[in-house]
Amino acid sequence: MAAATSVRHGRTLWLVGLLVAVALAAVLSSYASSQPDGLEKVADEEGFLSSAQDHDLADSPLADYGVRGVDDDRLSVGLAGLAGVAATLAVGGGLLWLVRRRDDGSTTAGPV
Amino acid sequence: MHIPDGFINAGTSVGAAGVALGTMGVAVRRTREVLGERQVPLAALTAAFIFAAQMLNFPVASGTSGHLLGGVLAAVLVGPWTGAICVAVVLAVQALLFADGGLSALGLNVVNMSLVGAVGGYLVFRAIRRLLPERFVGTEVAAGVAAFLSVPMAAAAFTLEFAIGGNAEVAWGDVALAMVGAHLLIGIGEGVITAMAVGAVLASRPDLVHAADGTAGPLEIRPTEVAR
Repeated sequence: MAAATSVRHGRTLWLVGLLVAVALAAVLSSYASSQPDGLEKVADEEGFLSSAQDHDLADSPLADYGVRGVDDDRLSVGLAGLAGVAATLAVGGGLLWLVRRRDDGSTTAGPV
Repeated sequence: MHIPDGFINAGTSVGAAGVALGTMGVAVRRTREVLGERQVPLAALTAAFIFAAQMLNFPVASGTSGHLLGGVLAAVLVGPWTGAICVAVVLAVQALLFADGGLSALGLNVVNMSLVGAVGGYLVFRAIRRLLPERFVGTEVAAGVAAFLSVPMAAAAFTLEFAIGGNAEVAWGDVALAMVGAHLLIGIGEGVITAMAVGAVLASRPDLVHAADGTAGPLEIRPTEVAR
């Protein structure tokens, strides 16, 4: 029973966390500062920003956190954010599932 | 903090890619030892949260912005090596889908934000823990301080890469001062966000937090910790 309760709480925490991530990426991201980040600012001031090259995938449909073809800025950034959260969750979850610990009959793992 | 193509020469980038691959090799091996099936969802969510938080650049002084790196956050929540994988996944998704962080610089970025940010930051967290035990300083405060320090640490790692293989003729001493200075400010945001996020998870499910000392809950969390 304790285990069942904690599983439920774990699910609640996970759903709340996912909701926060989606809210950040899909909604609040439109309000992010567009000032250069620390590295870009330093590169500009120290005079090596011009050594940056265009990204090889600069023409990709989600480049620079926008969906190509979506004109509304807020919607474009929001959809890109949503896609990023989904992709990270899928890729991260898939990879981590592959490299998880296998409890094949080891004595330490009790029933949970 | 995401390095674009062109800042660092090819040789240094390849070297960093080797270090990054080695880091991931160790991370996979260590994760195989510790990451239980039930922890996979939280670890994946940690990566997704870091992705989301990295979209939110917050303003710091003088026309500069910064965003969460998330290394210490991931390391404290899911362990340093699984955390390193989480950060690397975020960096790969950003580089491949969003053209953020150069493809040739992916190894450099993994070294700075995953190896230095997550694993290095976790070492700082452990050191703080050892100096100031739980009853003096809560896990979230220790995590926040380590997160704060991890940002100038990552900035210093960039400076080292720039000193070894920067493509521009710029004195790296100047770059070091500017990088660490700017990222001390960004680190404050890192520390606050990390402390709040760790505090929120601790408040609801301390048993799910890798680094929460002596709060192992009903789910078996760290069975190999003793053996190590």
